[in-house]
This record gives sequence, structure tokens and C-alpha cells, in this order.
Amino acid sequence: MSAREITTPITKDVARSLRSGDDVLFNGILYTARDAAHARLVELLDKGEALPIDIKDAVIYYVGPTPAKPGQVIGSAGPTTSYRMDAYAPRLIELGLSGMIGKGKRSQDVIDSMKKHGAVYFGAIGGAAALIAKTIIACEIVCYEDLGSEAIRKLTVKDFPATVIIDSLGGNLYETGVKEYQKSVA
Amino acid sequence: MRDIAALDITAKIRDMCIDANQKLPDDIGSRIRACAGSEPWPQARDALGKLVENMDIARNEKMPVCQDTGLTCVFLELGQEIHITGGDLNEAVHEGVRRGYADGFLRKSVVADPLRRKNTGDNTPAVITVDIVPGDKLTITVAPKGFGSENMSRLIMLPPAAGEKGVKEFVIETVRLAGPNPCPPIVIGVGIGGTFDRVALLAKKALMRPIDRPNPDKYYAGMEAELLEKVNELGIGPQGFGGHTTALGLNIETHPTHIAGLPVAVNINCHVTRHVKVTL
Repeated sequence: MSAREITTPITKDVARSLRSGDDVLFNGILYTARDAAHARLVELLDKGEALPIDIKDAVIYYVGPTPAKPGQVIGSAGPTTSYRMDAYAPRLIELGLSGMIGKGKRSQDVIDSMKKHGAVYFGAIGGAAALIAKTIIACEIVCYEDLGSEAIRKLTVKDFPATVIIDSLGGNLYETGVKEYQKSVA
Repeated sequence: MRDIAALDITAKIRDMCIDANQKLPDDIGSRIRACAGSEPWPQARDALGKLVENMDIARNEKMPVCQDTGLTCVFLELGQEIHITGGDLNEAVHEGVRRGYADGFLRKSVVADPLRRKNTGDNTPAVITVDIVPGDKLTITVAPKGFGSENMSRLIMLPPAAGEKGVKEFVIETVRLAGPNPCPPIVIGVGIGGTFDRVALLAKKALMRPIDRPNPDKYYAGMEAELLEKVNELGIGPQGFGGHTTALGLNIETHPTHIAGLPVAVNINCHVTRHVKVTL
């Protein structure tokens, strides 16, 4: 199956056209954020303050990369497990976040919010961190440098590979993939 | 008595931290390659192919296989005839980790306090386990443990009546609940017996044994093979996209236990099951 090229930011029309199981290649900007950065973003929202990134139509990649060696753009950079961001994600989806890239299951609250606002959850290959790093062509820290690996970074990516896990209709590859495989061996 | 300098332990552990993160052990690497060849489900085969490509890039370009370079678990089998000179053994280990994670451009993933969560900045402290053994050798195992998989591990104190059936059900249920979260294909370490604390250590130590070396006790070797097959019948597959290769291997370690108890621990590891062993 050939992968569909997606340029970020992702409009809601594009987001709603994606289906679970679709392979995609991202081009453009991805923002990194994981546990500690999400906690700070939601703290800002609770205080009524502005976010440090333009969240509308943006794609957040759940990753904490290894430090870059001299001459490298970034170190190894595979996805982290997404459920730890479930407590925060609906707040960002409400504000226009179009995509999240990670690995592993999401809560029903997140899925409901994705359906309501037209967002998509993508899976990158967990553990394929050296391979994925090759598709990141620029990296700069946006904020929270004190968090080290957990700082928010702006990544420019070229042909970053991912798969749609949960689409904006609630279709879920983790459920359908296993069922279809089971059917094939029954 | 034989003297070993603390400095030599530090230097060795530094190198081992870097090595362990860049090169998967041969047993794990060759099992992933074999599964990439035999996996029947196309999307699973594709995911396994990417993992093979990834481990080759990491080895050739000296990059970490995974960005989660782990909490550093260090196992020391310390010969009772060894005398450590020039420093404290535990501090020698921590210093080795400190240097390895700095010099190897590895991620610093340790917070000083579980609730106040400030990063220590150098990946210390390591979790150190020391066994005193006969002889005058020191065997060091460095195993950086990623937490995507650690978080999916479980422990239960079963009643003895639950027996073999109860143990098997708990292992399979643990893998089923973990689903796509721990980056399958996984490696499963099972501890059975001992006490509440010992059984968790057994499960961790089970992950240190190569997956192509069955338990020397035929009864448990049979259970390892049977459980691995059952786990792979779950159909979770690589990355949870469906497929046969949910687990690469399953090892069981056991210990005598109390007449009233049957402790079971399941320690999950991802396909990046890292461990390097050296004897000084």
C-alpha cells in the first residue's frame, strides 16, 4: 500500500479524510511534547494564558529524543507511549490540534474529543528511533529548555513515516488489525 | 584476595552503557530478523522490516537503537574473594553510568524523586543489584530498561491452589492488557516463587537470559515454549497492528516459596531488550 503524503499543518478537511490503517509520510513542521511539557501547557490554559505554539491545525509528536551528537540534527527520536498524555490531549484538541503522533492505546475521552473536533491519532514505529531520526531535517527548541529531552521542539520533517491508528470517525487500527489478522488464520 | 580498582569498574560500566544502547544482543537481533522473514501478516512484516533497518542504522552509525535509553539496571555478581580498592563500589557504578550517558549522547531519563520529578541530569542513580558469589571474579551486567514496557509489567500473589493454570492465565492476561503499548514484539520475563520483592527481581533477571536458551528445568522449558505460543496466538502483532509476532521470547525464573504462597511477576520488555555482560 502506498503512503499518502501529508503536509503540516493539517486542515480539518484533510484530517477528516484520513482513515485508520492509512500509511502517511509527513512533511513540514511537527512539535514535540511529552508528559512534563503537556502539564505545563495545560497549566497555562488553566491560568488563561496563551500557548507558546500555534496549536490550530498543528501536529504534536510525543517524543523525548536523545541528545544530538556533533553534526547531527537530532539524536534517536522514536515515539513514546501516548496514554500518558490522555489527561491533557482533549484540552489541546478543543483548541484546534489536528494530529498526535505516538504509540499505544488512547482513552475514550481522547477518542470522543477527536471525533467531535476532527483530529487524528497516528502511530510511528515504536523503537525505530534511529530510522525516524533520518527524516528530521531541522530541530529547534521552542520553550521549556530546562526540561532537557522533554522541552518543546519544532521539528522540520521530510517523509516522516506514520500510520493512522484512530481516525476522526473513531475507526481504530488496534482493534481492526488484530481482528482481521485473527480472521486470516482462523 | 584479589584487588579490583573502583576506577576500572567505572570505566567498564561507561563503555557498557554505550554499547548496550547501540547494539542489540545477537539473540534478539537474529530473532527479529527471523520473524521478519516468517511473519504471515503484511503490515506486521513491514513493521518488523523497519525494526531490522533501525537496528542496522543504530549499529553502523553508533546511535541509540531507541530514544528511551532507559533506567540503567546494573547487576553485579561479586566474588567473595574480591577487594574493591580506591573508592565505593556503588559510587563507582553510578559514575560509570554518568560518564556513559554523557559521552554516549544517551538520554537522561531519571527523576530524583517519584512525585516531585526533577531530572537528575545524568541518568543516575542506577538500580544496582549485588549477589555475592564464590570466587575472585566480578561479573557485571548492564541492562538499560525502557519504561514504555516497564509500565506494562504486573505482579500478583496467587493462592497455591491457582497452580500452573493460574500462572499461565496471569501471564497471558498481562500481555493482552498491554496490547500495543509496550512496543511489541516484546520479550517477557516471568518470575515465579520467592517473596513479594524477590519475584519481581526474578522476572527482571529472566529478561537477562538469552531468549534462545531455555530454562534448564525441562518442566519450565516446556512452559516457556507453551506460553510463548499462546501469547503469539493473541494476534496483537508488531506495534499492535495485528500479526503473529507479539513476543520474541519468554523466559521463566523460579525460587522456592512459602507453603501459603504462589507469587508471580511478569516483567515486560520491548523488542529493544538490551543487556551487556562482562567479567572482570
